[in-house]
Amino acid sequence: MDKVAIVGCAQTKYEAEKIDQTISELVFEVVKKLHNELGITNDDVGCVITGSNDFNDGRTIANMAIQDAVGSVRKSESRVSGDGAFAFVYGAMRILSESYDTVMVVSHCKCSEVDQYLVNNTIFDPYYQRHLGLDQISSAGLMANMYMNKYGVTEDQAARVVVKNRKNALNNPYAHLQKEVTLKDILNSKMMAYPLKTLDFPPFSDGAVAMLLAKEDVAKRMTDTPIWLKGYGSCTDAYYLGNRNMTDLIGLELAAKEAYRMAGISNPIENLDVCEVSENFSIHELMIYEALGLCEKGEGGKFIESGETQMNGSIPVNPSGGVLSSNPAMANGLIRVAEIVLQLQGKADRRQIPNAKTGLAYGMNGICSQGNCVLIFGGD
Amino acid sequence: MTDDIEKKVYRGRIKVPYKHTGGAYVERFITEIGKSNKILGVKCPKCNKVHVPPKMICHECFEKMDEWVEVQNQGIVKGFTVVTHSTPIMPLEPPFAYGIIKLDGADTDFVHIIKESAPEKLRIGMKVKAVFKENPRKRILDIEYFEAI
Repeated sequence: MDKVAIVGCAQTKYEAEKIDQTISELVFEVVKKLHNELGITNDDVGCVITGSNDFNDGRTIANMAIQDAVGSVRKSESRVSGDGAFAFVYGAMRILSESYDTVMVVSHCKCSEVDQYLVNNTIFDPYYQRHLGLDQISSAGLMANMYMNKYGVTEDQAARVVVKNRKNALNNPYAHLQKEVTLKDILNSKMMAYPLKTLDFPPFSDGAVAMLLAKEDVAKRMTDTPIWLKGYGSCTDAYYLGNRNMTDLIGLELAAKEAYRMAGISNPIENLDVCEVSENFSIHELMIYEALGLCEKGEGGKFIESGETQMNGSIPVNPSGGVLSSNPAMANGLIRVAEIVLQLQGKADRRQIPNAKTGLAYGMNGICSQGNCVLIFGGD
Repeated sequence: MTDDIEKKVYRGRIKVPYKHTGGAYVERFITEIGKSNKILGVKCPKCNKVHVPPKMICHECFEKMDEWVEVQNQGIVKGFTVVTHSTPIMPLEPPFAYGIIKLDGADTDFVHIIKESAPEKLRIGMKVKAVFKENPRKRILDIEYFEAI
């Protein structure tokens, strides 16, 4: 495979309600910051790919709302309606097809501008599921109940995911929630969708993320620390909840296998140094461990207890604090990529995993790991 | 919302009515529920699985399904949750439950509401039956909810 690199990335601080910034201003903040850091102008950007969601932005062709901010007027531009990780893939393909030397990939979301439960309800088909009032919270409750029952995973084990990620977020200046929580806080928080409680769920956040992709020779000219795409896999699970296997993330498992094969990863724990995953509720991260092959099926609860996914464990997961700490919904996947880039560049400051050479980013569309995008990256 | 925030936001409400074509499968399924309180599925000619709710294509075999089968109005709970958060599109006042239910005679799972607000009264493996709406409105909620047998 030809090579495509990420040469730099920029993020906003994630917050509950960025009332003083429009979506366009949020995006401009990260794009301009990235231009300045790389010492480039908009003329150095060959093509722009963005990732967003029309329903969240409240207009169709929502990418037009940010065209000034991404510098795409009269420029090659396209958009993925979905998680930002898929926008990354589209951007990488523009380089690998030798169409462009550089591609700017951007993703944004202002959850504060619309009722997220209503937006999530429209994920469901209008005949069999939508009228039931289902959303991301109730479907997570169903999944957690079935998974925990099948494998005997406990609420205490689930809560440990939240403790870990919220603690990690203290080291991430971009993180939305920067307050440590205890097991007791989580277990005593209000029941929201049995067996999941309020603190098993993420906040809703506003924010944006941008990165510049480049082909090999250009990347090497632009930075001393290009981060290379090594593997990619995607897989979609069944749409109707009753057609899913709700106890195992089959779609993610297949996507990971594909990405591992491309990247030559035979033993994920040994071959990977760090993972950033889109965990949309506590139990979800345990299921992700299993689907990524970090532990055996049903062992997610024991795996979090072992401490292996903590900052000093054998495979740290979500040093950034993950989605449970910052949740600008559509941007989550591209934030995972940006955080892996920082880790592999050695620029993750207080959340740096020492000597991280290979990392995994996982982005997700829809509810309960419906659409899955697994990306493997490596430094030089 | 505080006055300070109200000054800065410009309010919108997208209200766009849709009329989605239901198609023969949705139509027959929903109509039979309202007309005769019967729950129908379709059988895949290749894997012989009975899909409820019915749809045209078996996602395992990529075969068109057109053999209609009546399944029971009762089944087994495979998973449940009790929600306490309230949204404008919920059909019942929370707390109430959602269930993943395998109806007797079906091979796939059915998602619906269980009218129960206490998690301790629900368990995986329990039997539930459909309660039908007196005045059907041509929607999935013509099964008003499921309740414990």
